Amino acid sequence: MSMDETQEEIIRPDHYGDDDFDTDLERTAPKKRVEDLLLNMGPQHPSTHGVLRIVLEMEGEIIVKATPYLGYLHRGVEKLSENSTYSQIIPLTDRLDYTCSMTNNYAFVRAVEKLLQVEIPERAEYVRTIVAEMQRLAGHLFWLGTQALDIGAMTVFFYTFREREVLLDLFEVLCGARLTMSYYRVGGVDRDLTKEIVDRLYKFLETFPENVDEYNTLLETNRIWLGRTRDIAVISAKDAVSFGLTGPALRGSGVNYDIRKAEPYGVYDKVEWEVPLGKKGDTYDRYWIRVEEMRQSAKIIKQCLDQLPEGPIAVDLPTITYPPRDKVTTDMESLIHHFMIATEGFDVPEGEIYCGTEVPKGELGFYIVSQGGNKPYRLRIRPPSFIHMGAFEHMARGYMVSDIITIFGTYDVVMGECDR
Amino acid sequence: MHDIALKIKEACPEGFIAEKQAFGELTVIVDRAYVMEVCRFLLEEPSLDFDMLTDLCSVDFPNEAPRFEVVYQLYSLEWNHRLRIKARVPEDDCRIDSVCALWRSANFMEREVYDMMGISFNNHPDLRRILMTEDYDEGYPLRKDFPVEGRGWRDDFDRLSQDAG
Repeated sequence: MSMDETQEEIIRPDHYGDDDFDTDLERTAPKKRVEDLLLNMGPQHPSTHGVLRIVLEMEGEIIVKATPYLGYLHRGVEKLSENSTYSQIIPLTDRLDYTCSMTNNYAFVRAVEKLLQVEIPERAEYVRTIVAEMQRLAGHLFWLGTQALDIGAMTVFFYTFREREVLLDLFEVLCGARLTMSYYRVGGVDRDLTKEIVDRLYKFLETFPENVDEYNTLLETNRIWLGRTRDIAVISAKDAVSFGLTGPALRGSGVNYDIRKAEPYGVYDKVEWEVPLGKKGDTYDRYWIRVEEMRQSAKIIKQCLDQLPEGPIAVDLPTITYPPRDKVTTDMESLIHHFMIATEGFDVPEGEIYCGTEVPKGELGFYIVSQGGNKPYRLRIRPPSFIHMGAFEHMARGYMVSDIITIFGTYDVVMGECDR
Repeated sequence: MHDIALKIKEACPEGFIAEKQAFGELTVIVDRAYVMEVCRFLLEEPSLDFDMLTDLCSVDFPNEAPRFEVVYQLYSLEWNHRLRIKARVPEDDCRIDSVCALWRSANFMEREVYDMMGISFNNHPDLRRILMTEDYDEGYPLRKDFPVEGRGWRDDFDRLSQDAG
């Protein structure tokens, strides 16, 4: 759609069709005409990872202003949560960032546990950390595959999804679901890691670092990949902090902020790993960080599996934890116990807490206001994707329209979480 | 009293109302007229250096006066400490100063508060609805007096009948 309908006709450049035309358009086509355009991108677009509309104001191919219109996937999760018991909210958190539901569960149960002030058994902490890092791997693999696919490198997608499939199969063995897991419970986890899962995970970790190298042979020094990602969507450290970016988007600009290090939870302080940091804050840096984070996650999982202690997988507190699963099917009292927790939930003391957790996208925070009772009075989700969208306009300005997909993908935005 | 709360009280005695420590978190309640002043101090004072506005949201207490509460979660990368600032906003004059000039992340979050709870922000550069559509006229969904199933706006949507093809 043209903003100015009374434009003159398109002037054919003089060199067009000439045998010896000069490729330097500036010189040979002095009458180059630049048209202001208003381009509507979305809501349905394969690369928007959900439903998002962006209105682009352009000067020729250069983006002057990019205004995101959000809310197409708004389901009122915060409102619904006010009318659900704490254990009923866990499945709702699956549907925030549906590519990384395990870490969403983790972020939520951590917040509730902070309110309840319960101590989690050691084995449960290990299992939680292992599963969260598996989810981080799956999330980053998903990101790498789709980002490369969006930019035009289709092959990478097949390689990353090969590994992601292995992880999703493991999740399926673990909890029966592949996408919306609802595996974490307040006070622990739902099921224990079996020997089969541990063995398969070890086997996966044996080959995984080589597989990461394999993705890198496709991208790291690929001319097209470099051309499409280097110096694209650059954000300075100061701006990134001001915009509240977190996760790889912030660390790409060289700011060392990872909640796993800053406020350690789980067993992140018992294993050795490093936080990769970028230099320039461009898309290539963020790509490099995610690849490096995958290596670190694999390292964390390996160490956790080596250290994995025996013990219970949930806190021994019958008021909040479900009875063992095998007992529910054979024992009347356990069935009633299970039923009561599932339907009535458990009471949480009065108070308010904010609890941030490092998920693959950044800092997923839950701010819970409790007035006692089994439902939160107010549950606020601090979604990294929504806050990253706030920086979108700033990031997109001045780039070409062909870069908009790269810029959108580089934050790893998922609209389910952005719109809630 | 916590060090940070003490510093806020010294820097802005008129704006400081109370402090609360619970669950290892510090909350400072301030007067809404001084929100901008307090926030500017928190950002610019080197020993506090709250350079990241992690979250901005609001809570509705319909049986209390003033009714609304705007909540700011702040974090300092330099000092690795967190702080929660809260300010009450009455229903009949439902507005508070925008902190967009201090933290750019406030832009979208303030728009969300405006959209979901109807609190206006003075000097906000672009205060529009963000998650609900622009023609949404049922009110503010996250207020406590708003029914969870909505007020029938969706019933007006065009529906295809089963035999329409």
